Amino acid sequence: MLDFPRWRVWMLSLLVLAGVLLAIPSLLPMSIRAQVAQYLPTPTINLGLDLAGGSHILLEADTSQLAETRLESLEDNVRTAMRRANPRIGIDAVSRANGQLSFTVTDSSQIDAAREALLPIISNTTGSTDWNLGVNDGNRIVLTPAGSGDETALDQAMDTAKDVIDRRINALGTLEPTIIRQGDNRIVVQVPGLDDPEALKALIGKTAKLEFKLVDEQADPDQTAKGIARVGSQVLPYPENPTGLPNIAVRRLGGISGDKLIKADPTFDQQTNEPAVTIQFDGEGGQKFARMTQQNTGKLFAIILDGQVISAPQIKEPIFGGVSQISGSFTVDSANALSIALRSGALPVDLKIVEERSVGPDLGADSIRRGILAAVIGTTAILVLMFVVYGRFGMYANMALVINIGLILGIMALANTTLTLPGIAGFVLTIGAAVDANVLINERIREELKRGRRVVQAIEFGYKEASRAIFDANSTNVIAAVLLFIFGSGPIRGFAVVLMIGIVTSVFTAVTLTRMWVAGWVKRTRPQELVI
Amino acid sequence: MKLLKLVPDDTNIDFLKWRTFAFGISLLLMIASIGLVATKGLNFGVDFIGGQMIRATFTQDAAAPVTELRTKVATLGYGEPTIQRFGKENQVSIRMKLPEGADKKPELANVMAVKITNKLKADYPGVRIDGVDSVSGKVSEELFSKGMLALLAAMAGVSLYIWIRFEWQFGVGAIWSLLHDVTLTFGLFSLLGLEFDLNIIAALLTIIGYSLNDTVVVYDRIRENLMKFRKMDMAGLLNLSVNETLARTVMTSVSISLPLLVLVFFGPDVIFGFSLAMAFGIIVGTYSSIYQAAPILIWLKVGSHSFVPSESAMPKAERMGESFGAQP
Repeated sequence: MLDFPRWRVWMLSLLVLAGVLLAIPSLLPMSIRAQVAQYLPTPTINLGLDLAGGSHILLEADTSQLAETRLESLEDNVRTAMRRANPRIGIDAVSRANGQLSFTVTDSSQIDAAREALLPIISNTTGSTDWNLGVNDGNRIVLTPAGSGDETALDQAMDTAKDVIDRRINALGTLEPTIIRQGDNRIVVQVPGLDDPEALKALIGKTAKLEFKLVDEQADPDQTAKGIARVGSQVLPYPENPTGLPNIAVRRLGGISGDKLIKADPTFDQQTNEPAVTIQFDGEGGQKFARMTQQNTGKLFAIILDGQVISAPQIKEPIFGGVSQISGSFTVDSANALSIALRSGALPVDLKIVEERSVGPDLGADSIRRGILAAVIGTTAILVLMFVVYGRFGMYANMALVINIGLILGIMALANTTLTLPGIAGFVLTIGAAVDANVLINERIREELKRGRRVVQAIEFGYKEASRAIFDANSTNVIAAVLLFIFGSGPIRGFAVVLMIGIVTSVFTAVTLTRMWVAGWVKRTRPQELVI
Repeated sequence: MKLLKLVPDDTNIDFLKWRTFAFGISLLLMIASIGLVATKGLNFGVDFIGGQMIRATFTQDAAAPVTELRTKVATLGYGEPTIQRFGKENQVSIRMKLPEGADKKPELANVMAVKITNKLKADYPGVRIDGVDSVSGKVSEELFSKGMLALLAAMAGVSLYIWIRFEWQFGVGAIWSLLHDVTLTFGLFSLLGLEFDLNIIAALLTIIGYSLNDTVVVYDRIRENLMKFRKMDMAGLLNLSVNETLARTVMTSVSISLPLLVLVFFGPDVIFGFSLAMAFGIIVGTYSSIYQAAPILIWLKVGSHSFVPSESAMPKAERMGESFGAQP
């Protein structure tokens, strides 16, 4: 067992060198690291947000709302299709209950024509069906979501939402966000080193769905105050309503949506000098907007953001260039935030913040500083103790321990893993296991010497007998780490990853490397006596 | 060169003499811990019950105005916050349970955190917000069930391994001592009212890992001695095994405790509970290997006969150890 061929010594040494070299970039101060990075690749360990400071935000989509939005747009499409059919198909008793859309075709002889007209609406571009079409009592058409229709819609909406959030955060400046989808309806946003998470949260949580609808000027103010709208109208909240009412009635149809913008910029209202936002529609949206303003000159139109009316000015003249200005009670900041949100597009689905973890940079820095201090003191204490107790063999164990720490950091850097607080716990456990392996070996060598074995034999037996316990102890840790990785959530997984890496490097350094050094020493000096 | 020996040679302490007494005490402590957790409960952090926690430093004051703060936050209409100092005199954590209606509106926890943050910033110009955690009810339930599942899966998995590698009695002994360590740590957290969050689960996992490591070392020696001394009575054999591994036990425990104690006293305040749990767990874990895991083998009637029928399995164990570590 103490026979190490030369090639093995070289191989092990190279392996150690490579691993430890990988750790070096992570230990360098930022400024030096940046200089080195110009010439050499510098894989580094990412510090988790709990250590480095930053924000972790978990957003969850409201799936029921998404289904409702789908139904709404289906109704729009159906109405348009029936109107445009030749001859026009009359429908009534349109209902959007229980997640399905149903309506009656007034003239039941037109039912087949209606079916024909609906075909392009209910099937999607890939040819599969989004909606199942059924006919009740000969003239009532019922559209129900087809099996995977809702799921596909959610999936697409989440992908779009992810892109929108990405654009919005990028608009904030040089942050390095991580945005990932999680599960069916969640998105995780992580932004390191952020001073004020509030601005970020306000920006990514805003749906930014902009609509323009005509105000229902015939609505009975008393009814509107109670939240009751007449047929074809709806009541929306309007906090800044000059009439003092908390809401306003608008016409359901005939409005246009502001999802086709090519520009949105913060500005100041020329008359009032208050912050405002100018928007510019794309060609198609601009034409629609021109038509709407032309047909309704003199009337009031409501500017609706996320289901809430922000202002309801009068259309003084038709607006042709596709450029419009939104004013309401904006501050400079909120006008700026709204322009970013509008520019990056509306979120296709409402996202709610269901979890936030923000750590200020000061607290994070304090954690790192004191964590490093504690780690240095603790490790030094172990090194001193090992040397005082085991002498030469303690020194080998210490060299192994230092290399072990280097290897763990190096592998973590190479695998681009993130070190978090629970990860440090995993670190402590593996360091413990590594120290324990050497303690086991050295104590066993002591025992075997006491039993009267000669030096070389005692060392051989020490390694052999101790290996069994080391193997079992580390196997149990591997099992635990794997199970934790499978069943645990974020922080626990961080623990498991460090543990898995650490077990491999601990066994390698504490058993294989020390044995190599001991073998070299025995070969060189042929010791007759051993102080351990 | 004279080397230090933490445990003198030929130490022979009759550890097992106290086994009934120690077991009784442990049982009492475990029952007390369960009782404490059942009556006083654990001080669950927002991770597990939802709500929000803000950490703030009042940079212009020597001490945080705790009472005034409590009244001020209460005016927001979410009820009374739990305010605790941490670290320096002017650092506090402000915790608030989930508000009413949060089950229907999952975003309320965050809305509440934003309102409290804004109130703090408006009323105290010198305040520095060090951290904000807000967790909705559903997310906290998921974190809790996932955390517990991971804990149980890890405990069951390693016990199964011990059963396969040793004998079933050893598996029972291992899981019993793990339960012992985890229960007492729960008890400590309930007693001291320390915040119990996801990080503490990581600490518990470390304790389990360490305690098991310790148990495996003692068990390995017991197995070795069982095969070596077939006639020795079980109590004597356990004593011999514990004494033979005592030097290692002390050395390892001291080595691991050192960095942990440094963490408890000098480490970041944010992880005080975490460090304390680990330091406590190492001590309890070492104790449980000697006084829980070992004596259980007597009561479960382990003897040298336990390994006779499985002689075919024994050399296999030996081989695995060899191929992994030393070469003959």
